[in-house]
Amino acid sequence: MDIVRVFSKRSFLLGSLLLILILLATSPLYSPRYTVVLLSSIFMYVVITVSWAIFSGPTGYISLAPAAFFGVGIYTSAILGKALPLPAVIGIGGLASFCLALLVGALTLRLRGIYFAIFTFGLVEFIRHLLLFWECTVMGRRGRIVIIVDNTTVYYLMLIIFVILMLTTYLIRRSKLGLALQSIGQEEDAAAHAGVNVTMVKAITFAISAFFMGATGAVMATKWTYIDPYIAFNPLYSFMPVLMAIFGGMGQLYGPVIGAAIFTYLEEFLITRFPYHYMLIFGIIMVVAILYLPDGLVGLVQELRRRISGARYADT
Amino acid sequence: MIVTILNIVIAGLLMGGIYALIAVGFSLQYGVARVLNVSHGEFMMLGAFITWMLYTAFGVNPLVSLAICGPITLIIGFLLHRTLLTRLRSSSASLAAFEGKSMLASFGLLFIIQNIAILIWGNAVKGYTYLDSSVNIGGAIFAANRLVTLGFAMVIGFVFYLFLARTRLGKAIRAAAQDPGTAGLMGVNIDQVLAICFGLGALMAGFGGALMSMCFSIQPTMGFQFTVIAIIVVVLGGLGSIPGSFIGGFVLGLVGSIVSHWQPALSLAAYYMLFIVLLIVKPTGILGK
Repeated sequence: MDIVRVFSKRSFLLGSLLLILILLATSPLYSPRYTVVLLSSIFMYVVITVSWAIFSGPTGYISLAPAAFFGVGIYTSAILGKALPLPAVIGIGGLASFCLALLVGALTLRLRGIYFAIFTFGLVEFIRHLLLFWECTVMGRRGRIVIIVDNTTVYYLMLIIFVILMLTTYLIRRSKLGLALQSIGQEEDAAAHAGVNVTMVKAITFAISAFFMGATGAVMATKWTYIDPYIAFNPLYSFMPVLMAIFGGMGQLYGPVIGAAIFTYLEEFLITRFPYHYMLIFGIIMVVAILYLPDGLVGLVQELRRRISGARYADT
Repeated sequence: MIVTILNIVIAGLLMGGIYALIAVGFSLQYGVARVLNVSHGEFMMLGAFITWMLYTAFGVNPLVSLAICGPITLIIGFLLHRTLLTRLRSSSASLAAFEGKSMLASFGLLFIIQNIAILIWGNAVKGYTYLDSSVNIGGAIFAANRLVTLGFAMVIGFVFYLFLARTRLGKAIRAAAQDPGTAGLMGVNIDQVLAICFGLGALMAGFGGALMSMCFSIQPTMGFQFTVIAIIVVVLGGLGSIPGSFIGGFVLGLVGSIVSHWQPALSLAAYYMLFIVLLIVKPTGILGK
């Protein structure tokens, strides 16, 4: 009987996921243009957040490099956008970030704790200033014009990247790699002694997460007409995914998705409603979320559920 | 030639003085209170704006307003730690978790402080002139206010060092830096001492900002770049080492001055280059253990 129950629960879950996917895939057909644009930017943050959580969730290494990988994608799109078809640009953007992450990972993943966070943060600033120097002094002009792609295409590309990312995340969590990552997060030295190639595992996962950020950057660059190093390598893109993942809760696969979706919606809402105070309100929400939601929304829901069911058991 | 070298070295030291002050504050907040305070530069901005406001509205001498904006930032920092960070510290499972969370909370604080400042003072660039007569040092010419700034930075740094080394509270702070748990058992009121540390870090930033406003123009969004510089200096000098931060500030000032003599656009990139190489080669910094 339990098997039937598990099976039906599983098919229910699969069915509802499929339903959501169909709804998302058909939404440009019937929803207003604004919704499509909003959904695209929600996907952007969801992808960055989830791919951040692939690496930083289980290992506990706080990476502040998302802006670097995202920015590399944006610049790839700006440089190659005219010469190559969009899918190729996206692939190259992802690969460029992948290679950068592999290099950075191999060099620096032996830095632990806060040093790693500081280093990755410095990386973003370093790339930005180098690019700025290159553009101002060598090329003689700052920024670039990006080829614009229509909103629906951007939406579908983001949806595809999102689906691939979710599948990858699911598979990594279920695989040996996922177990290795978790063991690194719990006790790195013990993991190394147990035969996990610690540096290799970390570098590869870091690079996989960077691939998705780069690909997203390559797609989203087409939404802005003009980019420069300040736009592409904005440190906000490094901190936001961390906040969103914590806000959603990293214990479950869907935690970062929910966190990013709600946070992005909130951001859009606040910008339109309170254009002058929105950053202030945003800061307050951030602090409150960190203070009162230690395990994120998912943790909160689980806690509430446990309390309710606990109360029910106590009654009977 | 000698004048050029003198020019570069003195300019580096002048900038380094302010860097050193901010970095000492940052180092105190990270080294003892374990908060990687991303909003550190905002306290500096507060110090600068309070000084500017007192000077333009009431004609208060900027050196006098050091005594006003210092305590203000101290109290803000102290209260923030007592209300926000103490709570975060007691609810975090481990030190690493607290370090991560407090860093993110301070990122939220950055937004809050910066935007309150924009609401009060507007987003425009502000400035005033004070002591801008020129002084000739062996052929190199500098504004008097920058020399005063350096002098005050040195004095503040030295007094602070004496405070840490000689007073009872300084001893408690050093004990808390080494081992908060044991220090608590020895009768140190840990929550209080950590909050004082955080406040003192904000005080240093406030001093740095007040001094800076004498020489440069100021803006509510200027804080973050100084936070970044503080991070670099502190890594350079060794995370948590106060003398290291002080020396690191001058080293970074010199590096910046040397690089910007040839290629001004590269000075920030040079800072990060130095920073990245240092993190890879010797992550514990110049004076780190």
